[in-house]
Amino acid sequence: MKLETVIGLEIHAQLKTRSKIFCGCSTAFGAAPNTHTCPICLGMPGVLPVLNRKVVEFAIKLGLATGSTIKPFSQFARKNYFYPDLPKGYQTSQFDLPIIEHGFIEIEADGIEKKIGITRIHMEEDAGKLIHDEHEPVSFVDLNRTGTPLLEIVSEPDMRSSEEAVAYLKKIHLLLRYLDICDGNMQEGSFRCDANISMRPLGQEQLGIRTELKNMNSFRNVQAALEFEIRRQRDLLLDGEKVIQETLLWNPDKNRTESMRGKEDAHDYRYFPCPDLIPVVIDEAWIAEVRKLLPELPDERQKRFVTDFGLPEYDARILTGTRELADYFERALQVCNAPKKLSNWIMTEFLREIKGDVGPWIACCKVVPESLGALIDLLEKGKISGKIAKTVFLVMMETGKAPLDIIKEQNLDQVSDHDELSALVKEIVAAHPSQAEEFKGGKTKLMGFFVGQLMQKTKGKANPQVANELFTKELAG
Amino acid sequence: MYPYELTIGQALEKLNSKELSSRELTLSCLDRIADIDGHIKAFISVNRDYALAMADKADAAKGDERGVLCGIPVSIKDLLCTKGIATTCGSKILENFIPPYSATVVDRLEQEGAVILGKTSMDEFAMGSTSETCAFKVPENPWRRGYVAGGSSGGSAASVAACECLASLGSDTGGSIRQPASLCGVVGMKPTYGRVSRYGLVAYASSLDQVGPFSRDVRDCALMMNVIAGYDTKDSTSVQRAKPDYTQSLITGMKGVKIGIPKEYFGAGLDPEVEAVVRKGAALLQEAGAEIVDVSLPHTDYCVAVYYLIAPAEASSNLARYDGVLYGYRDMTAESLIDMYKESRSAGFGAEVKRRILLGTYALSSGYYDAYYKKASQVRTIITNDFKKAFELCDVLISPVAPSPAWKFGEKGDDPLEMYLSDIFSISANLAGIPGISVPGGFSREGLPIGIQLQGPHFKEEVLFRVAYNIEKSAGVSDKRPVL
Ligand SMILES: [Zn+2]
Repeated sequence: MKLETVIGLEIHAQLKTRSKIFCGCSTAFGAAPNTHTCPICLGMPGVLPVLNRKVVEFAIKLGLATGSTIKPFSQFARKNYFYPDLPKGYQTSQFDLPIIEHGFIEIEADGIEKKIGITRIHMEEDAGKLIHDEHEPVSFVDLNRTGTPLLEIVSEPDMRSSEEAVAYLKKIHLLLRYLDICDGNMQEGSFRCDANISMRPLGQEQLGIRTELKNMNSFRNVQAALEFEIRRQRDLLLDGEKVIQETLLWNPDKNRTESMRGKEDAHDYRYFPCPDLIPVVIDEAWIAEVRKLLPELPDERQKRFVTDFGLPEYDARILTGTRELADYFERALQVCNAPKKLSNWIMTEFLREIKGDVGPWIACCKVVPESLGALIDLLEKGKISGKIAKTVFLVMMETGKAPLDIIKEQNLDQVSDHDELSALVKEIVAAHPSQAEEFKGGKTKLMGFFVGQLMQKTKGKANPQVANELFTKELAG
Repeated sequence: MYPYELTIGQALEKLNSKELSSRELTLSCLDRIADIDGHIKAFISVNRDYALAMADKADAAKGDERGVLCGIPVSIKDLLCTKGIATTCGSKILENFIPPYSATVVDRLEQEGAVILGKTSMDEFAMGSTSETCAFKVPENPWRRGYVAGGSSGGSAASVAACECLASLGSDTGGSIRQPASLCGVVGMKPTYGRVSRYGLVAYASSLDQVGPFSRDVRDCALMMNVIAGYDTKDSTSVQRAKPDYTQSLITGMKGVKIGIPKEYFGAGLDPEVEAVVRKGAALLQEAGAEIVDVSLPHTDYCVAVYYLIAPAEASSNLARYDGVLYGYRDMTAESLIDMYKESRSAGFGAEVKRRILLGTYALSSGYYDAYYKKASQVRTIITNDFKKAFELCDVLISPVAPSPAWKFGEKGDDPLEMYLSDIFSISANLAGIPGISVPGGFSREGLPIGIQLQGPHFKEEVLFRVAYNIEKSAGVSDKRPVL
């Protein structure tokens, strides 16, 4: 029996609004416990929520970026359950009338392009955090995160492998970063993902029994957890056993999924429309306004890099892989007009230096894009050799100085002056008569030897092209 | 005449002419409370020092500093948050809860110089029709010992009727202002849903709750509405809409006004004495120039059922926050989280609250949602449409508020259903979101007050004030006070 994997993802993206979804408290991460709270997000008696319009704007942005239907009328609903990190005893979310429906994105996995459907995107509030004492049977509640706006993005069960799932996840991550509505930090939990996974005989339409995977806080964990679960389900089914519908937690230390059995009974959340919030009404004018705020999206940008700058697809994809890198490239390009050379440099010398996530790294990188552009410009115009450029770049990385300053300070200017060089060329030819004869006799490979001599004398500063010309002329006679 | 007997209108004249100080007036009310509240039990808490400080502040205010209620002593239902002052909601679970914020309506009263005397007794979380479910004090009807003051804002109504204060704020989810106003012989208004901010009103059923005033005459009620009505950025369900000066609508004469009599409100179960008072009220209005028309609200019979699905459903969610975690009563002996929830809520809530939480939880449960909550919401729309159609034929509906005058304590206590059915005339206004007012219309042979209910289209409070004012003028009962 050939089995097909079916995966759907639920992504929770914390929005980068300055204040919370229903009150004025800050959403900043890392403050002392319970300092970003007020009677509203603490759920005190008699307080009422007021919707932060920025949250709606961010949702519309994502809706537009995923080709979705933005509903003119949507509604908040209460999801009722008791937990100490949920001070009201319900989470204000959306249920049967979400703000966004029927979208899709395009992904590429294993060299194949594919559309993945988005069932719905809805707005909701985040819960707080429980901190359990390691020594005493005591728990503490931190409600700073309570009321932080979230978008829940629910995909169709359109993915057929862990690679596709990760590609989808990365693409959504990229979109959120391009739209600048979520910082995408998986470790801090501002970008979270749960997966629904099942197997069915190839060709069968009906979905198999699914499990839900949680606690995967990096792309690598998602990939590993899905692969583990695919293997586990396949083995079960091939052995004639059944998959049990349950929620599983990924344990990254043991590299396996673990059952949450008992912890999560079948919840009845008793959803009903939230009577404290009026329906969210979005007209065409609002959508048009938000559309104007949309940045160029990764797919469009990648295409433009190919058509406008003549870059290969491969380069364009890497450069547009994060908004920050693409921005960096374009700013550098404004001072050098050598797209391919710049692209080569970024993909090798520049990316080689990167540690951690590209965005934050670029934000604190000492080399501003204009400096890198200037360096490439010097290289392109033959003012310095590739070798010197690499030396200068390393100094730039360390000091943040402009390339010209470094070149002047360290006396690294490339010598292109014909008069200065031709005297040295004559000297070298005269000093090596036998090699000169061999060259004239047709052993043109010796050009390397002559240029090398010149480089030695000039400490690498001679313009290799000029050197070539001068030796060719000198040895022709 | 003692200062505490004055209406707001009379008191303002004396205060503004310096014939009376707010301190004197406030002390007069505080003494009155000290004298009689031992048996009226209208107040859960009285804040004497705070009240006198506010009174002194009012006495010191000059010119523009003097708000429209400057120096007027009022009481506040204990369901409305008062910054720094305990707000119990009549429940053990919030016995020691002191909010760090005030309800918008309380802020507005204080901005206009009102003096807050204390917090009034009420049914626990406003769930009840007699205030008997209050965990602390059960108010008594000032007109007769051993009789209920009504509910859930029974303490507010009793405090105004017994002249312990000049006016009060209550809340009305299914008649909780109008019914006790009727039973205690004072004026009480439930404004249009969205007319008055709910911020700081502890929620019972959010889509039905509305804050409103109690007063001894219609003009005072209009004055109070002038202060509390209006849009509030903190309440998304409050409506951005200009508010009129309600005192301008107190015009003698009813020419050009059509009064509708809904036939469904005069059927079996209605006390003949109540019916007589209401019919007499209609006749008086007719004499004053009004046209009387018969109208129908065909789905009236469904109101009680719809209300007792929607209100408990919302309550089951609204009251989930009383879990013993952040504030309120917590059982400290519980060994596990689930036990802490169970024990805290079992001990903190009274029987009626638990009954309604269970009802509501059931109505929202998967498998029952469509048959109960959803169906009730659909019928609610039909009931609202009944009113829309009726208001095509008339400007105001006249009807009873409650099927009978006040009754003895415990008389309807054993059968919740019988109690629920007594709300039949008042809950439809909450379901439809329209305004309603109860104005004293007469007395029973036993000497118990009987109110007349007027209901109008959304945001037409001014028409209700006009009609109520004319009833007050002609019925001649508004200056009668209970002998205490
Ligand atoms: Zn807050």
